[in-house]
Amino acid sequence: MDDAIPATGLNWRRASIAGAVALPIIALLAFGMTRDPGEITSPLPGKMAPDFALEVFAQGEPGQERMVGDTVRLSEMRGQVVVLNFWGSWCLECRREHQALTNVASEYATKGVKFFGVLYNDQPSTALRWIQEMGGQSYPSVNDPRTRTSIDYGIYGAPETFFIAKNGVVAYKHIGALTEAIMIQKLDSLIAAPSS
Amino acid sequence: MTAVMVTTSAMGQSVTGATVAVDTVLDRRTREVASELRCPVCQGLSIADSPSELAQEMKGLVREQLASGKSPEQVRAYFIDKYGEWVLLAPKPEGFNLLVYLLPAALVMGGGWFVWRYVRRHTDTPAEQV
Repeated sequence: MDDAIPATGLNWRRASIAGAVALPIIALLAFGMTRDPGEITSPLPGKMAPDFALEVFAQGEPGQERMVGDTVRLSEMRGQVVVLNFWGSWCLECRREHQALTNVASEYATKGVKFFGVLYNDQPSTALRWIQEMGGQSYPSVNDPRTRTSIDYGIYGAPETFFIAKNGVVAYKHIGALTEAIMIQKLDSLIAAPSS
Repeated sequence: MTAVMVTTSAMGQSVTGATVAVDTVLDRRTREVASELRCPVCQGLSIADSPSELAQEMKGLVREQLASGKSPEQVRAYFIDKYGEWVLLAPKPEGFNLLVYLLPAALVMGGGWFVWRYVRRHTDTPAEQV
């Protein structure tokens, strides 16, 4: 019985081997816990924003309005800061950010910032009812009937919002509901930045 | 007249047959590429297997791009450009991704070595005592 127990009570060699095996695995798992598995990091920020030509279905309010049926092309807005908000009437978070978007879009329209809603996985008729129910939308919305523009922007849910700099490069992508504070901070820095 | 009609009919069948063959090849290639791309709104499903609207549109886009003459690598590159490497169900075996391929093998080998040692020790001991 006595010879079965080592004098020190702990086999340091075994403990160090077990530690060397377990620690990297624990570190890897801990790193995984810090990440949201539902969030996909977009490769688009820093790259040119994909161009599109989409038809307006909700015109927006005076000062920002575009005629229903007009084709909006991103390439025509070079030199201006553009905000693209991908949304749908089925999306609860879109409901939460709607007022903030409408307010900031109105405030920044005079500073040369263009806001556009891009309808994702939804029907314009349903979306128009939603806009009416929400008390209006100050900026125009365009339809993306086969989600091709959404795929071009790597969209996987709604709301997702892209801030595009004056030179046409994606400066920032926001996943989830936006707040006025985030928008103001991003827009002020983009307006202050030079065009080139 | 009858001969002309028979010839035309035969040509029609041949053209239809060729179209079907091209479609079948395109369908097979679309399925191959689509089965490698992750559905962004699902849990571990490829866009070939997902019934979601976004996955169906992505699959349609894969088909369109292949039909327009793009290679499977170019189609995969397009989706990586939009969604990142994440969109590949099997990540490329390079850099940090190597862990995904090497760690399971290392764990199996380490576990096997541990079990072998454990079994050997516990089968050898009684024999030595006897």
